[in-house]
Formats: sequence, structure tokens, C-alpha cells
Amino acid sequence: MTNTSKNENGCPVHDWATDYDVMDEGYTRDPGPVWKDLRQKCPIAHSTRWGGSWMPTRYADIQKIAGMVPTFSSRSITVIPPDPELREELIAELKAYGTENPPITADPPEHNAFKRLILPFFSPRAVAGYTAMTEQICKGLLDELEGRDTADAAAEYAQQIPPRVIAYILGIDIARAAEFTQWTQELLELGQTDPELRRSARAKIRAFFYEQIEDRKKNPGDDVISKLLEAEVEGEKLTDHTVAGMCNLLLVAGIDTTWSSIGSALYHFSTHPEDRERVVAEPDLLPTAVEEVLRYYSPVTMARKVTEEVSMHGAEMKPGDKLLMTFPAANRDPDVFEQPEEFVIDRQQNRHIAFGTGIHRCAGSNLARMELLVGLRLWFERFPEFSLVSEEGVTWAGGQVRGPRNVPVKLGA
Amino acid sequence: MRIRVNPNLCQGHNRCFSLAPELFEVDDFGLATAANDGQVPAGMEDEAQLCIDNCPEFAITKVDD
Repeated sequence: MTNTSKNENGCPVHDWATDYDVMDEGYTRDPGPVWKDLRQKCPIAHSTRWGGSWMPTRYADIQKIAGMVPTFSSRSITVIPPDPELREELIAELKAYGTENPPITADPPEHNAFKRLILPFFSPRAVAGYTAMTEQICKGLLDELEGRDTADAAAEYAQQIPPRVIAYILGIDIARAAEFTQWTQELLELGQTDPELRRSARAKIRAFFYEQIEDRKKNPGDDVISKLLEAEVEGEKLTDHTVAGMCNLLLVAGIDTTWSSIGSALYHFSTHPEDRERVVAEPDLLPTAVEEVLRYYSPVTMARKVTEEVSMHGAEMKPGDKLLMTFPAANRDPDVFEQPEEFVIDRQQNRHIAFGTGIHRCAGSNLARMELLVGLRLWFERFPEFSLVSEEGVTWAGGQVRGPRNVPVKLGA
Repeated sequence: MRIRVNPNLCQGHNRCFSLAPELFEVDDFGLATAANDGQVPAGMEDEAQLCIDNCPEFAITKVDD
């Protein structure tokens, strides 16, 4: 089966409980009503589209599933599966080298050691050390927008921040940020419906990191890549293949995810003047507001591979099935959140799982939050007044990561 | 008031540390423990409750002495 159209098969969805389409444009623009309906009627929905999958929508179920490891295995975590050619490649590499992009693709018992290798780069202390650099990046971007009547808050701001920040952290050339962005978009967004693009982007990223690895072997430093080359798991150094796979993860994991949340935030404030005015008047409210952005506009959906027969709420899941970790739907569950479909800027009880839950909690969550806080604070200081030019100008990327591609705003009153 | 972070449940979201840094210590791996043996200073009970209410892993609990 080839997936060549945005709405697979070209047929509209009549029954979201048995035939949902995660790439449907209407669903991508406004998924809340679908989840609200499914949560009550069919808590673990099914579809044969895009290779087939199960979709839970309740917070409690998703938490439970996240803890059922490795029944729900992370060896395959993409929402849209690879095409048969790429799938063959991945299976061959898995056999030859082990887990592809640890820790995200690793299950216990190997998962923990890999996770601990990368956690220190993203601890609160480490992230505090990246703040000044992030401020500099944001100020530079805002300087470019000075004096303009309009700007694209997504393309010209939100999307420019994360690639530069992670490039700095990884010790790779910040001047190549646009290239890293392109590879990420090709691999993760566009590649979902363009298998050749997905394969070629993956090859480009790998080749890039093999180059970097060769360089660090000749000139070892204090950077992330050098540290990974020195690291040991169970008394053994990592293969170049694994280090490249980990670098691939670190590069791409924080790019479109983070820019989606920054873009969603600016989209929200450009269309909700009371919220915008409040957060400008009360800068101390920003951290609370950011958590509500993460809950309400939650960008990321992950996936798992079912490895045993599981029966849950009438869903009979079989080994080999894909299950979607629909964190955004969990974040609107009325059993956990009051007024879940409303953006409540000063929400006090907000244990959202936008960064996942359980052992695969996003390692970069502190970094993402810092980029959000810095990016938004500096934007509000420079442009306390801004409004969306038109809803028609906003299109939403979807599938694995949901976020606005464009947020055309009028700057000033 | 005394609180405890269950080390088997903590996954390093750091919501607690962001909300009330005085009440927690976080190690290099982002894992939290309650500071001061979990003893919540007088006047910080609301903050402590907020941390309990915002942990996505339900890892923080009140401890009965």
C-alpha cells in the first residue's frame, strides 16, 4: 500500500471510531471534538488507514499503556509507518546494530543506560547554562522583525529558534541551521507522505553525523558527540552507528516539536487578546500560561508496537499492531482536567503529559520549556501587541507532530 | 506538612522543581527528592500541594508522620 495522498485513499472518514485518519486536514486543524466523542463512545478506536493502528484517548489508559513495557514496545515509534523499502532497511540495521535511535527506540533492560547517557545534557542545571545563548538567538531574530508591519510568527520566529539552540548544544555548525531544519521537515513531516524523501533525509542526517564522528575522533572535545563516543553501556563503547543514531535523535527530537509549541503559543495569543494582554501585564504568569499551551496545543503523538495480545475496553490488540500514544487527547480528558476544552491561562492543576509519561518522558522537556519561556518573554517585550492577519493564512502540520506552519501576524496595534 | 517523592515513579518532568525549587533537590539526571527530609516550611503548604497536583507521574505524596 502506498500512501501518496494527504487524506489516505481520498475517502472521507465517516466513522472515526473504526476508520480515523490522523492526516485528515480537519482533524489536524481541530482534533478536540473527535477525541471528545471517542473518549466516551470508543475509548480505544481503530483504523486500517496508514498501515493500521489503535488510538486511545483517555488519560488513564494512556498512562497505563505507557507503563506496560515491553508489551507496548518502543522499537517502532513513528505514527506513519515506513514504506516497505525503508522498513527492510530498518529491520536489517536492527539485526546488525541493535536499537536504532536509543533511548527513544529502546525497551528495558537496555533503555535505562541509554537514557542516563543523555539526561545530564538536559538537567535543569544544564539547561540554565543554555539560557543566555537562547536569549541571544531570540533577540537576533526579533531585531530582524523590527520596524515591520507584519511577520510570520511561525516561519520567521518559532521555527528559527530550536534548530539553532540544539546545534549549539550538539556543537555543530549553527550557520547550517536551515539545512538541519530542512532535513527534519523532510524526515518527520513531509516524509510521512513521501517515502523517498523520508529515506533520503534519513541518509543525509546519518552521513552528516558520521562526518562529525570522524572529526571528533581526530579532535576530541568536551561536546555532546565527543562524550557519546567516550561513553560505555554495559562496559562497552558504543558503535559509530549507535552514536550517529543517538545524535540523529537529539537533533531532530527537539526541532519541530518545540517550534510547534512556540508557534501554537503565538497563534493562541494572536487570536486571544484578553490572554495576550494578561500575560503582558503579568509576566510572572508566563510559566503557568506555558503549561496551558503545552496541555491545550500538545504537539506530539508517539506510537508503540504491540508485542503480546492485549484486551482493553473491547479492543483486541494483536502482536505486530501499532498503537498511538495520543498524549494530546489525554490532555483534554475531563476526568483529569476541569473545563478541558477551554484554554485557562492561569490553570493551577495541570498535570498534562505533553512530554509523555513513564520511562520515555521526553528527555528534552526542560530545554523545550526554557525555549518556550525565553522565546515568548522576549517576543512579548518586543511586540506586546500583535494579532493574526487571517485564519486562512494558518495551515497546520499533522501526524506525529501538530503545529502551525504559518502564523501571519500584524505587529503593533 | 511532610512530602515525599517516590523514586520509583519520578521521571524527571521537574514540574515540582519549577513550581517550588526550595522544596526539592534535583540530581544530574533530573530526578527529584524532597528537600529538608520532606519537611515543608510553614507558609509553603499551598506550594507543596500545587507540586503534588502537577506531577504527571503522581510521584509526590503527603507523608503522615
